[in-house]
Amino acid sequence: MKTHLMLAGALSLIATMAAAEDKPVLTVYAPDYFTSEWGPGPAIEKGFEATCDCDLKFVAGDVLPRILLEGDKTRADIAIGLNTDVTAKARATGLFAPHNEDTSDLTMPVKWDDPIFLPFDWSELAFVYDKTKLKTPPASFQDLLDAPDDAYKIVIEDPRSSVAGLSLLLWVKDIYGDKAEEAWTKIAPKVLTVTPGWSEAYGMFTDGEADMVLSYVTSPAYHIMAEEDDSKVAAIFPEGHYFTPELVAQLKTSKHPELAQKFLDYVLSPDFQGMIATANWSFPAKLPKDQLPEVFQNLPMPDKTLYLGETEAEKLRGPALDEWQRAFSK
Amino acid sequence: MLTLDRLTLTQGDFRLDADLTIQTGARVALIGPSGAGKSTLLSAIAGFLPPASGRILWQGEDITAAPPGERPLSILFQDQNLFPHLRLETNLALGLNPKGKIDATDRARIETALARVGLEGMEKRKPGALSGGQQSRAGLARTLLRGRPILLLDEPFAALGPALKSEMLALVAEIAREQGTTVLMVSHDPEDARALCPQTVLVAEGHAHAPQETGPLLDDPPPALRDYLGS
Amino acid sequence: MLAGAALAALVLGTLAAVTLRAGGLTGLRETDLAAIRFTLWQAAASALISCVLAIPVARALHRRRFAGRGLLISLLGAPFILPVIVAVFGLIAVFGRRGLVNAALAPFGIDPISIYGAQGVIIAHVFFNLPLATRMILHGWEAIPAERFRLAATLGFGPAEVTRHLERPMLRSVLPGAFLAIFLVCLTSFAVALTLGGGPRATTVELAIYQAFRFDFDMGRAASLALVQVAISVAALLVAARATLPSSFGAGHDRRATPIPQLSGGADRVAFDTLAILLAAVFLLLPIGAVFARGLPALADLPEMIWPATLTSLVIALASTMITLAIALPLALAATRQRWAEIAAMLPMTASSLVMGTGAFLIARPFVNPTDLALPMVLLTNAALSVPFATRILMPEIRTLQADYDRLAASLGLRGFARLRLLTVPRLARPLGFSAGLAAAFSMGDLGVITLFSDGQTRTLPLALFQLMGSYRMDQAAGAASLLLILTFALFWALDRAGHYADPR
Repeated sequence: MKTHLMLAGALSLIATMAAAEDKPVLTVYAPDYFTSEWGPGPAIEKGFEATCDCDLKFVAGDVLPRILLEGDKTRADIAIGLNTDVTAKARATGLFAPHNEDTSDLTMPVKWDDPIFLPFDWSELAFVYDKTKLKTPPASFQDLLDAPDDAYKIVIEDPRSSVAGLSLLLWVKDIYGDKAEEAWTKIAPKVLTVTPGWSEAYGMFTDGEADMVLSYVTSPAYHIMAEEDDSKVAAIFPEGHYFTPELVAQLKTSKHPELAQKFLDYVLSPDFQGMIATANWSFPAKLPKDQLPEVFQNLPMPDKTLYLGETEAEKLRGPALDEWQRAFSK
Repeated sequence: MLTLDRLTLTQGDFRLDADLTIQTGARVALIGPSGAGKSTLLSAIAGFLPPASGRILWQGEDITAAPPGERPLSILFQDQNLFPHLRLETNLALGLNPKGKIDATDRARIETALARVGLEGMEKRKPGALSGGQQSRAGLARTLLRGRPILLLDEPFAALGPALKSEMLALVAEIAREQGTTVLMVSHDPEDARALCPQTVLVAEGHAHAPQETGPLLDDPPPALRDYLGS
Repeated sequence: MLAGAALAALVLGTLAAVTLRAGGLTGLRETDLAAIRFTLWQAAASALISCVLAIPVARALHRRRFAGRGLLISLLGAPFILPVIVAVFGLIAVFGRRGLVNAALAPFGIDPISIYGAQGVIIAHVFFNLPLATRMILHGWEAIPAERFRLAATLGFGPAEVTRHLERPMLRSVLPGAFLAIFLVCLTSFAVALTLGGGPRATTVELAIYQAFRFDFDMGRAASLALVQVAISVAALLVAARATLPSSFGAGHDRRATPIPQLSGGADRVAFDTLAILLAAVFLLLPIGAVFARGLPALADLPEMIWPATLTSLVIALASTMITLAIALPLALAATRQRWAEIAAMLPMTASSLVMGTGAFLIARPFVNPTDLALPMVLLTNAALSVPFATRILMPEIRTLQADYDRLAASLGLRGFARLRLLTVPRLARPLGFSAGLAAAFSMGDLGVITLFSDGQTRTLPLALFQLMGSYRMDQAAGAASLLLILTFALFWALDRAGHYADPR
């Protein structure tokens, strides 16, 4: 296996040809993090191939941009790892087919009735901090706004390049509405910097450079389970937290529609759902709480979940971005 | 016979005419005031400067458009006659074959040529390890190997001491006589001309005059030359 | 000619493909104009500061001889070849809120300095580019033949006269090129500007392009912005071309130059030079040390999958190095005579990698499955990004070569392959080795911006690093960063040294 990978690395052409076997190939476009052995990809591939008599092939990279460029000639059967920030654009292409799954019994705090994009896991945005270092964490979003400028330094992601950053815009917009710009003006002095993506932001937090980072309520689970470190906690706000599902969809142009449908069935199966918590450090979309790992069952969770539907979010994100930029330019 | 047929050279405002003939085997000095165009004329003959008009012929054959390396001549500059990063052997080999590849016969010829100029056993040295006089000799050895019928000298020995210089001039004269080489030499020093060149071309006021006997010319110089010579 | 056309196609062709697909260019917004202003300002400031600071450092390195000087010169080059993300974390560890500098200042009651904001962007850019400027200027110094310094010494020159008669003309011919190179590097800055910029005020054109693509899905605007970026760069190129004077020191005799004390000045200048070298070393090496301090302990815990990724990165780095030299050498040879070649060589620096990737994808897709092109695209884009530097490094040396030996070579009929073998390559061994080292290092550190072509199998070390970060494994990521740093530098050093050894002088 190792040798194979080494060769594949050096000669991807040959590797591509070697993958061509008799079995039907299900091509799944997925983000980079997804297919690494630290992501859920390998387990999904193994699990699905055990049931389908097919070859599941991940193509890692920019999922939606690639499909948008390829149009109806795309080779993708399935697109996985989409976020809510792109569904409107994706839907408008008409390239995606309905998922045909029953979403009435999903175990999510938000009722889901999108016929095309199917959630496979979810989490909620949160500011994560180290409780051994930060003695006065914000007790509410308002608290965060009202805290003195030097109370703590937060690192957030840029809404223009990161879905977490964009979701934060919508979170603030949802809570503060017309006063969102004012809210941002109060947050801005406490923002240490804005990073292109989640990884840089989280790295700055774990390095101790920032006191708080915009991440997810499920982030502490990783530290508890993988590092036996319970110092990292999410600040839970009574105003509610913004909901961030990850989505999967099948393409209309798929040459293996039955196989693609079978994959979507598999996504909601106990097998898939049972491994997603620790593979992707998030809540499975369809798994009773008592079947979650204990750490997940005990994670402090907000009472209230905020979520703007696709149409609303699409309408608000332009103005919200302008407000954000103005607030930071003051 | 080297013929400069109604040759005109221009460089910016500078302009030089030459319409003259030099006999095969002659040794000719180019003498004239600084900036008169002696080196420019040599450059044109060597092929570095395309003439504005006119032709250059060798034994009746037009070489005006030939690339420098294919002209029937070798040239020694004031400086940079050897590639400093190559051993003498390779530097000289380029005189035999511009591809730099040589066989045992060539190697023997290189040794002989080096010996001829008094540099025996120095094949493996690089130019930086030689004195100025030795570098001049190595350059001369390469012209020997190339065996071209014309040798152009652009003040190659100007940096040498008087004793060394006359030694080199004697060596050039000797080799040229042996091989029947036609020599054209640019020099600032009338004594060089007397030593090496029976004939002299006066380059002054935009003209390269026909060759004259060196002795009488220097003994009784025309006004343009007189100012330059001082005397 | 071919090499130039290939680069032009890669940069301009892809831009045209994106424009066509978008159905034309779209107008810019107010925020885009602000981004353009900020980009120009920070690039100019970064380039100016890098050049100004590089002069005393390069002069000190030129004038002084001490044990470990060669190693120090190599090490000082390290920041330039660092992968951006690794470098940013190193800088934060030193200059950040909880960094060494603030920790050292705190006991004296000095207010903490902040690396976030425009000053952070510039500090980072100077950190990255001071080595480049120093190397370019040092090359300039070393290109002054020893004979000139000897002449200067015999004429009784002191340091001031050397500055006036030798150094100033040299700087006059070297600095515009150094400034331009750094200006262009900073023009397309993305991650640095974003991470250390402290917020949307530090928006660069490259980020605006990213936003147009990913946030607004507006390819027309992305193409407009990319065009603006190309236009600014080409304008800068033309201005620099006018400002650049050929140096006219003439050839020397390749004798090894040792500094002449009389020209190097007395104790005060020794102290000044020592200070310059020390400060530069601390500024440039401390962040790298910080990366190691964080990562070396984790080196043992690296997951096994890091090794195939490492091998992939090494293979890609070496292959794209060959491609870089194969493109850069002919371009540099042509560029000393024809301006178009120089501009073609600089084009990749002006390009937005996002636009380049998207355009190439649009062009390739009707004919082949883009994932089949993953490897060639990675090689080509990596090489393309190194070509401008390689060309810049080679050009002055080629000018000298041509000025010194063109006539001799022509008179001997030395041309074609023989000229390449006997004259061009040996005389250019040092800059070729330096270029190869840079190209390999760039390629090692490249994240594979062309994610559109990714096949999910060709995983490089930087990608593995990002995947580790993306899955919370920050310690392992730090370990991978150290590994990447060691390998990148080793590769650079080996190739650069190989150039020195191959140099027949």
